Amino acid sequence: MSLLEVENLEVRFDTPEGEVAAVNGVDFSVSPGESLGLVGESGSGKSQVFLAIMGLLAKNGRSGGQVRFAGKQILGLRPGQLNDIRGSRMSMIFQDPMTSLNPFLTVSRQLTEVLVEHKGKTQAEARRRAIEMLEVVRIPEAARRIDMYPHEFSGGMRQRVMIAMALLCQPELLIADEPTTALDVTVQAQILDLMVELRRSFDTAIITITHDLGVIAGSCDSVMVMYGGRIVERGSVNDIFYDPKHPYSRGLLSSMPRLDRAGDETLTAIPGQPPNLQHLPSGCAFSDRCPEVFERCRGERPALHRIGEARASACHLAAP
Amino acid sequence: MTAAAESLQAAQEIKGRSLWQDAWQRLLRNRAAVASACILGVIAVMALLAPWLSPHPYDEIYWDQIQQPPNAELFHWFGTDGNGRDLFVRTLYGARVSLMVGILATTVSLIIGVTWGSIAGYMGGRIDNVMMRFVDIMYSLPFMFFVILLMVVFGRSIFLIFIGIGCVEWLTMARIVRGQTLSVKRKEFIEAARASGTSTFTIIRRHVVPNVLGPVIVYVTLTIPQVILTESFLSFLGLGVQEPLTSWGVLISEGAKQMETAPWLLVFPAFFLAVTLFCFNFLGDGLRDALDPKDR
Repeated sequence: MSLLEVENLEVRFDTPEGEVAAVNGVDFSVSPGESLGLVGESGSGKSQVFLAIMGLLAKNGRSGGQVRFAGKQILGLRPGQLNDIRGSRMSMIFQDPMTSLNPFLTVSRQLTEVLVEHKGKTQAEARRRAIEMLEVVRIPEAARRIDMYPHEFSGGMRQRVMIAMALLCQPELLIADEPTTALDVTVQAQILDLMVELRRSFDTAIITITHDLGVIAGSCDSVMVMYGGRIVERGSVNDIFYDPKHPYSRGLLSSMPRLDRAGDETLTAIPGQPPNLQHLPSGCAFSDRCPEVFERCRGERPALHRIGEARASACHLAAP
Repeated sequence: MTAAAESLQAAQEIKGRSLWQDAWQRLLRNRAAVASACILGVIAVMALLAPWLSPHPYDEIYWDQIQQPPNAELFHWFGTDGNGRDLFVRTLYGARVSLMVGILATTVSLIIGVTWGSIAGYMGGRIDNVMMRFVDIMYSLPFMFFVILLMVVFGRSIFLIFIGIGCVEWLTMARIVRGQTLSVKRKEFIEAARASGTSTFTIIRRHVVPNVLGPVIVYVTLTIPQVILTESFLSFLGLGVQEPLTSWGVLISEGAKQMETAPWLLVFPAFFLAVTLFCFNFLGDGLRDALDPKDR
């Protein structure tokens, strides 16, 4: 059985300029222990999918559709009911570790808060557990470090603390929203290794949201590519990287800088701008930028065609 | 080499230092602020020890010593007032009332203002609107009218002054806290707290309030002198404390009437009031410098 099932998820924002369609009918599911990557450029709606699932949408946002966590519908639950799941069975890591910790509280207080709140542990127990967890994420001298304040930690260490905090209650699902974007490359690699290792030892399903294909390649089993608030391609890591079916995925891959082909080669880019989510075209959202566009693309939006086991692409060219 | 290693060892023993401790260190380095705090401390201690600092009770009338200039032999260091009471001890008793009003009324305004402002700011939307419009309405209510109404309904009492002043001062506090809360609320650690299932009340108490306290503390040190002045103003109008109890405001208003014949009646209480106000303002200034986030 799937841990998280999302069916026809929609997210809308009311703005003074009109309604913005950030997410338009997204379907996917995650099984226990799976590692899923979600790629897309800025404004493709990838973060909004998970903010909607966590009930963290901005005030002017509305969500619709079905989201089931362990068989239970969680979309539209009141915050009080959602708090039984958030943090304890499903937790989230944010993009910027510099601002994700409260600067006025010691790390120990922020870590034990989660345990005391959700598991009803005593302070002493919670503290012991928090130190263990800091050791798991390889904070040196965790027992001494735990009483320090966030500004005494480096960026990488803060992100480790965030990961420790997210894993304290041993959640079944961990959502990482661009977990390494704010870190430098060497620290990125350490954090990704850590996440892969933690997934193995705790059997936690991980969803990584990113615009960095390198992150996906290193840590995920399967990948979804989002564009204009829709999933345009889905498949295993190898499928997407070696045999992308959707022109957008191909564009993304070819615009990745290659270290092994250094020299005078210029960066390839996808021409044009991402679509305006206020008035999406009636046809394929990518049609204006697509190198392989033809007549049908402008008038008819392609469905997400299944092509083989766990593989799908939303392109007329991929239609059987 | 070993010395260096030892000092390294010692450095590693250092426990976490909070931003508050950093601010404290910075405050200690500000001489004006430290001196002000010391002077305030001395005045407060003198006010507390008033009965033991002078042989004269504050309400004893010396019929043979009416409106006399300072006289060290009779221990009337500041002279006597028009009713033949010792001005030195009355000034210290006045300090008790003024400082007490200042601190208690500010505490009242602090508690109400921080609670009100943080809830309004964090909740936002309609709740925020209703709460802040209430503040606006309270603002537009004439303060004197409000105090006189309280006096008429409940009779004159020193606690009414605390409540009356506190009820007005919290309005500005609530606005400041709300503004700060609005900026703190957008920070990611609040979102992280929400994502980890923390209840709204806990988020406000644990994460919002400590982060808005910096500007609030500065405002508190500026509110205390304002409250002392307000109390002086009320006493000046005859709405403040009642005889034989006194406050700086009462003493100054009486002294002002006799300014030409007995200047000491005005000079001494006015000096104490001025010094206290100065000290609070310097301290507030020092705190603002110490807590300024741009310095971090």
